Amino acid sequence: MASRPAHFDVLIIGAGPAGIAAACCASESGARVGLLDNNPQIGGQIWRGESQHPSHIEAREWLQKFASAKIEFLASTEVIDHLEPGRLVVQSVGMQSGDDVRELTYRNLILCTGARELFLPFPGWTLPNVMGAGGLQALVKSGLPIADKKVIVAGTGPLLLAVAAHLREHGAEVRLIAEQAPRHRLARFALSLAFERAKLAQAFAIRRQLSSVPYKTSCWPIRATGEGKLETVFLRTGAHTWQESCDYLACGFHLVPNTELAALIGCELRGGFVQVDDSQRTSIAGVFAAGELTGIGGVEASIGEGQIAGYAATDRSGSTASLLPQKQRLDHFASLLKRTFALRDELRSLPDSETLVCRCEDVKFARIRNHSSWRDSKLHTRCGMGPCQGRICGAATEFLLGWRADSVRPPVFAAPVQVLAIAGSSQSQPDLVSHEEFR
Amino acid sequence: MPDTITVNVNGTAVSVPSGTTALAAILIAGAPSVRRSVGGSPRGPLCAMGVCFECRATVNHRRHSRTCQILCTPEMDIRTGEQVDG
Repeated sequence: MASRPAHFDVLIIGAGPAGIAAACCASESGARVGLLDNNPQIGGQIWRGESQHPSHIEAREWLQKFASAKIEFLASTEVIDHLEPGRLVVQSVGMQSGDDVRELTYRNLILCTGARELFLPFPGWTLPNVMGAGGLQALVKSGLPIADKKVIVAGTGPLLLAVAAHLREHGAEVRLIAEQAPRHRLARFALSLAFERAKLAQAFAIRRQLSSVPYKTSCWPIRATGEGKLETVFLRTGAHTWQESCDYLACGFHLVPNTELAALIGCELRGGFVQVDDSQRTSIAGVFAAGELTGIGGVEASIGEGQIAGYAATDRSGSTASLLPQKQRLDHFASLLKRTFALRDELRSLPDSETLVCRCEDVKFARIRNHSSWRDSKLHTRCGMGPCQGRICGAATEFLLGWRADSVRPPVFAAPVQVLAIAGSSQSQPDLVSHEEFR
Repeated sequence: MPDTITVNVNGTAVSVPSGTTALAAILIAGAPSVRRSVGGSPRGPLCAMGVCFECRATVNHRRHSRTCQILCTPEMDIRTGEQVDG
């Protein structure tokens, strides 16, 4: 980090819909705006691939705005540490040798780090070809051919339908969509959508596309088996269990906000989400948050929040007044989503004693379940101490055992020791994940 | 970028459309798994979004690269865990 760090008036972390909207709005003021993402292209998860093959009107509009705005896009870059207010350390993804670590400075920071899928452990979930629902969709968008493959889509949330429709469009044979939520709650959800004409129209369009695919409610996978890779999925609905053979199981239990960086910076969280005011300000001065990390509300809410944050971070909060009623309406939608797709208690008994909960360190459920806390289990079993730093098993154990992952320490993403030495982080802790510890 | 890119997966040339990730190339090449876990079991990708680290492999001699975040470039050398760590 020899050269002087690049300085931004507004630096935005995460180039999904919220980040793109924030960047576009912030750049209107003439401020120097930087947008950083660990993917090589903008779009985040939901607009992945849209920059090459646009298919959504809304995505196309925002990507055009982005292209014509003066925004510096820092691709394949991720934050590994926050040194002090105004100073971040970043590394290039895929360059983990310490030769591309640098410091960035900012006046205002907007966190748009989005969400990841919630994965619940069940016997066989570590077999190759058992994937996230959004995960398989992302992989297909990244070039995996899926034509004629038999796929079961399972878990919960509106994402399952979108994923199933996308996979079919690419020629997959979607054998079943298994939604854990009960039918009566989904019916209530559909009724509430009557006020959301755009969302309702979208839902009908997807349903039509999927008219020949069985959609089972109160249904979930209980086991996956196969020799070296997935061959068979066992499912349950009520007291009835049965098996289906398939090539892929795309399974996600809704979304978990990516709050690691916000927590490291010290932003107040409530119920697992970053707390923000009407201008998307967090509890830390000069730090804003927009999108799924403030509440799971979908793409429309993310864009709205991103716009508000982009204006507020360039001292033009006056421009946000017209966006507020929409924000309130979408907050209502977010709470509706949460109620509708709340996870059923039966899912807590999915893992058996032998089921691996921590995939990085191969820690079995039997080894962790009698510990009193996330920290206790981490210290005794290494659960959550691998390269993903508990991003997968932390969320799973929160649901299974009611644990809360404790405070976040740098590096936010696993980094090799050389990188940490260069970053000169004074806060280095013994449980840093080093290059050598990767296995 | 050309429409098709040729990369090497475990020493075998594979042609993939431009825009394909190293992870998708590994799967297109038919590798039985992407890596072996600490306990020796075969693993494939889970999140495909850079979070879970299940897709890490050696790309152009850089170990532990998250292949879901890396786009294929001509002549890219990709080695899965079974090839490197045995």
